[in-house]
Amino acid sequence: MSSETVNSAAAPGARSSVRAIIQSNLRDYGLVVALLAIMVFFQFATNGTLFKPVNLTNIVLQNSYIIIMALGMLLVIVGGHIDLSVGSVSGFVGAVAAILMVEYDLNPLVAAILCLGVGALIGASQGFWIAYLKIPSFIVTLAGMLVFKGLSLAILGGRSVGPFPPEFQMLSAGFIPDVFGPITIPQGEAAPITLHTTTLVIGIAIVLAIVYFSLTSRASRERHGYQAEPFALFAVKTAIIGALILFFTYTLASYKGIPNVMVVMSILIAVFVFITRMTTLGRRIYALGGNAKAAQLSGIKTERLTFYIFVIMGMLAALAGLIFAARLNTATPKAGQGFELDVIAAVFIGGASMAGGVGQVAGAVIGAFIMGVMNNGMSIMGVNIDWQQVIKGLVLLGAVVFDVYNKNKA
Amino acid sequence: MQDRLASNGQSMNKTILEMRGITKTFPGVKALQDVNLDVVEGEIHAIVGENGAGKSTLMKVLSGVYPHGSYEGDVVFEGHECHFHGIHDSERVGIVIIHQELALVPLLSIAENIFLGNERARNGVIDWHEVRSGARKLLDMVGLNEDPETLVTHLGTGKQQLVEIAKALAKEVKLLILDEPTASLAEKDSNALLDLLVAFKKQGIASILISHKLNEVSKVADRITVLRDGKTIETMNREEIGEDRIITSMVGRSIEDRYPGRTPQIGETLFEVENWVVHHPIHTERQVIKGVDLAVRRGEVVGIAGLMGSGRTELAMSVFGRTYGHGITGQVRMNGKPVDTSSVKKAVDAGIAYVTEDRKTYGLNLIDHIKHNVTIANLVGVSRGGVIDDLAELRVANDYRARTNIRSSSVYQLTGNLSGGNQQKVVLSKWLFADPQLLILDEPTRGIDVGAKYEIYTIINKLAGEGRGILIISSEMPELLGICDRIYVMNEGRIVGELAGNEASQEKIMRAIVRGEGKTA
Repeated sequence: MSSETVNSAAAPGARSSVRAIIQSNLRDYGLVVALLAIMVFFQFATNGTLFKPVNLTNIVLQNSYIIIMALGMLLVIVGGHIDLSVGSVSGFVGAVAAILMVEYDLNPLVAAILCLGVGALIGASQGFWIAYLKIPSFIVTLAGMLVFKGLSLAILGGRSVGPFPPEFQMLSAGFIPDVFGPITIPQGEAAPITLHTTTLVIGIAIVLAIVYFSLTSRASRERHGYQAEPFALFAVKTAIIGALILFFTYTLASYKGIPNVMVVMSILIAVFVFITRMTTLGRRIYALGGNAKAAQLSGIKTERLTFYIFVIMGMLAALAGLIFAARLNTATPKAGQGFELDVIAAVFIGGASMAGGVGQVAGAVIGAFIMGVMNNGMSIMGVNIDWQQVIKGLVLLGAVVFDVYNKNKA
Repeated sequence: MQDRLASNGQSMNKTILEMRGITKTFPGVKALQDVNLDVVEGEIHAIVGENGAGKSTLMKVLSGVYPHGSYEGDVVFEGHECHFHGIHDSERVGIVIIHQELALVPLLSIAENIFLGNERARNGVIDWHEVRSGARKLLDMVGLNEDPETLVTHLGTGKQQLVEIAKALAKEVKLLILDEPTASLAEKDSNALLDLLVAFKKQGIASILISHKLNEVSKVADRITVLRDGKTIETMNREEIGEDRIITSMVGRSIEDRYPGRTPQIGETLFEVENWVVHHPIHTERQVIKGVDLAVRRGEVVGIAGLMGSGRTELAMSVFGRTYGHGITGQVRMNGKPVDTSSVKKAVDAGIAYVTEDRKTYGLNLIDHIKHNVTIANLVGVSRGGVIDDLAELRVANDYRARTNIRSSSVYQLTGNLSGGNQQKVVLSKWLFADPQLLILDEPTRGIDVGAKYEIYTIINKLAGEGRGILIISSEMPELLGICDRIYVMNEGRIVGELAGNEASQEKIMRAIVRGEGKTA
């Protein structure tokens, strides 16, 4: 409305907002540091296997479906709910995809789109009970977990169905084409390194885009009289992020380049960061989880919002199911079992609150990577699956304890 | 200890509590600075101060919520220096705090609640006979005539408050701390509660009473300590107590008039409700609102007076997006045209806003900061195509923070950490940004100190001056008389009287309520 008071009010507000921004991001930085520490630890513990290009590519491939579901789960948990059915739903959709493509020879693209529709429908059918009839999501999705686990068994008749058409396999096994053609760097006596040029170009382009957008948003803040974060902090942060992206893309480039599934995943991460931080939809989800009654009395259609959250979750679970099926190149009745636990753990390690209203996409993604790197590193080290479970459980507990302790101290 | 006794002028009784030089710092804020407080045996010691003056912080230090070591200064209780590390420690020596938000378990019985955490048990097995007879005895002491087996959820707020006190008595309390005990009580219940404190005095139980209601404080308190900005301003003895002096001391200046002046500029009719009937959401055959007609004109401040349970909040909420009730019939008109208010969104679009009586439960997202709370009812106003313009939002939040004088470190402070008055200003800002033509305010100054009340009245006047209509529901009759141009009196779901502001009085309102009671058959 009126803007005369902006400048007078901005000065004190903006200065402390810097501290607030740092404080509110402290946890995210802490998470990044934890992830890097874990990676460095396993790099040594596995005698340098972890950062090998082929292994780094593998980590991306192995965790893509968990990360994709974690994006939806973040919305669900921020909205104050939980979805226990995502593992079974992804397994069920994988089975549907196999039936459509293998037994009915349906075009893979058409089949995939149908499968996403099935996921949306499943999300809607669960969301209906939760949003409009106020049945607790824990119960509805626990029921869903059993129902869809049973349905996958039923439609597959207890057998595995595969293999999938090659085009569909490309979703999880393929890499982006190298439109610029590879370059080769001679290494003297050692074998020369062949780099996937397009991957490098994309990496550099992303870094440039990040620098450009953060500079313009800084400038616009300052132009409007609001103090931005200190330049040194900003520069260090941007430099570290840039260096990490360059290192990562370089490593990928020295293997086969960016996997197709990583393109899908990256776009989705960007979309969800955008939704949660910049859109009215995202803001409303946080308001819903923070205080549902207040949100409703502020004119937010809380029921419809909850419903949509579950539709989105259903679609993402379906997509994850397709990726997993394409990766295994077969649909098995056991596919997807236990995924929900990894997905939920990732979101909580990433700092979301059980009570809703709190959580960040970046946190959930990093949380998923923390779990993924630990899985991968411990497997390479030859840690038994039983002890892997124990260690993962303790890490989950530790992360949340750390979080709660920090909050109480503040 | 001995010279202290002589110096406080109450040498008859011994000092049971002394807090000396208490300083408590939060990151960036000194919440308490060298605060001193002493309580003598069997006195009612009131603590008053504006929101954020440090009253609750001081009581949290005393009760051990802030453990020993997290503050500076000494707490001496009955001659012993205390190092409390939690409520349990302070309760063990006989200091019991009753919070504004009651801490009862709704689905347990009165008796179970009274002995919760303090069970009458042998080797972990509860002696139900003793529980019942013990509860009965304690309920008699607080004058609550209810079966100890009754579930707490079936009791009204006033009775729940008494159960809390019985619970404190079960712990052999020596010093009872009550934080705003009468904030949500009707006058009759408040008086009963205050009488109870006076009765406890005779049994040697001292009380610390934190209250915004100065008339109550001046009625029962033996001494009053005034806090302002985290410092002790003064402690008054019984004979020095007077409302004006307290107010002066609280705000640091004298308030000549508790209600800001205003020249009403009343325009044409803005908002009308006609033949409004609402049924109870569960007992659907029961009418809660029985055919109400009312109107608010532009620039007019209209009050709704009435006792608790008269249907005022139900009326407001049923109009505002049918957020209360069942089987609603009747018509709402804005500017003479019928409008649809069947959802909150539609009501807001029609230009109606409703500021709830319970800001924590229904008004704010306490885990989010001021900026996000201010814009949540009108996100469209700071976004384009569903994308929020962060800078525009920041500008709006800063603008309203300045306009409504919200005291906070920045717009990034969590609303859960604000004092009641400042929280209320955030809720008001939220609805002001939605730019309503009619603002319904439900108990807008409940639990808010004198200074913040004045600020809220000023905002109300300004809004009316801009040509908006204001409808205020309040249980404080002096407030309605002080700020309204016209007052409706409601009782048992009907409008039973309508008085012009300048000719209304507490007596006339009460008479309308009493007379109205006969008509409801």
